[in-house]
Amino acid sequence: MMLTVKNLYCERDERVLFQNLDFSVAEGEVWQIQGSNGSGKTTLLRILCGLNDEFTGEIYWQGKEQSKTRQEFNHEVFYLGHAPAINKTLSPKENLSWFCASRGLRNNDQIKKVLNSFNLYGYEDLPCYLMSAGQQRRVSLARMLLSQAKLWIIDEPFTALDKQGVQELEALLSAHALAGGSIILTTHHSLQMDYSIRVVDLDAMAGLVAA
Amino acid sequence: MNIVKATLRRELLIAFRSPGDIINPLMFFVIAVSLFPLGVGADQEFLREIAAGVIWVTALLAVMLSMDSLFRSDYEDGSLEQLLLSPQPLYFIILAKVCSHWLVSGLPLVILAPVFASMLALPEQGLFPLVASLLIGTPILTLLGAVGMALTVGLSRSGLLLAVLILPLYVPVLVFGTGVVDSALNSLGTAGLLALLGAMLILAISLAPLAIIAALRISVS
Repeated sequence: MMLTVKNLYCERDERVLFQNLDFSVAEGEVWQIQGSNGSGKTTLLRILCGLNDEFTGEIYWQGKEQSKTRQEFNHEVFYLGHAPAINKTLSPKENLSWFCASRGLRNNDQIKKVLNSFNLYGYEDLPCYLMSAGQQRRVSLARMLLSQAKLWIIDEPFTALDKQGVQELEALLSAHALAGGSIILTTHHSLQMDYSIRVVDLDAMAGLVAA
Repeated sequence: MNIVKATLRRELLIAFRSPGDIINPLMFFVIAVSLFPLGVGADQEFLREIAAGVIWVTALLAVMLSMDSLFRSDYEDGSLEQLLLSPQPLYFIILAKVCSHWLVSGLPLVILAPVFASMLALPEQGLFPLVASLLIGTPILTLLGAVGMALTVGLSRSGLLLAVLILPLYVPVLVFGTGVVDSALNSLGTAGLLALLGAMLILAISLAPLAIIAALRISVS
């Protein structure tokens, strides 16, 4: 088991977002977090990757408590949130080369290749503010491939992508899972992947805080 | 330390591509200092008395004004989350970030100070102590300001709150900084006060990044 969640509980504004939440993510599994707007999908993802600590319950990373294996965890988990984490005054190449350095990777020569595979050939040195929302999203997604992480935690990755981009991303997710990686994602788009997808439904867990 | 080099490079590139963030605080410094002789009169004796204080106070305010650009854009575009999830030592990433911010906001003030000091009729023996005290003092101001900024970056209008939070911490730096110049003008030794400022800088370098990391974690959660 890569990531194990036990008895997770989180509330916000007198509302229980989820309670008694248990699940385990193993190698090669794809998990989709489902729920309506405001059901706490993003909150759950941020809790899982350690950005939010307003919860009770336990999270284990490869058998060890997550908080005690922070560095290892950060090394092997990649998180992509709603915000693209792209500085608009920098070019895709500059953004990605800092990202690689921040993960301790020295794979600058791969950046160009990965950008090409995301259809960004010829845009490597253009400041990101000159690019469309979809292209910026592609730059952001390119980090997934560069990160060399085992577990991808991605929040609404399909936003702003065109049809072809959606297909390419689905293929990319399948390939990652087939290669033994794991994925936890949220999306409102209906996934067309030939891969079994496990589901956590947050709407079923919501409730009011007991007085 | 590949990450330190990469962070310095990134921050300096961003700073030079949006020069407004650098130039605004610098212009504030230039304008405020040059208005003083017009406001209080060109009496050399009087200007000499207030020169060090005026330059130090305006430098302090200019540093505070520049703080906003330190974490704001990273917070808004999500880079801060990526930074906090980095497996590399955060202490050095943050230190590199603050250091590059000082290079573009604090260092220009130190370089400009002698010009304005002579405009305010500061005697020659006060010139070196002024530059030395600013050289040691402005990095302390930047580090302390970064702690306040890290705490308030999640709020949309944090200017006033930032000032209330960090001005009390700025007071000792201001007192010792102007004290260095005063001692020099009164032909007293400046080594002791400079050493005190240096000790404060070392303390700030070793502790402020830890406080900044903790504050950023609170701000993004």
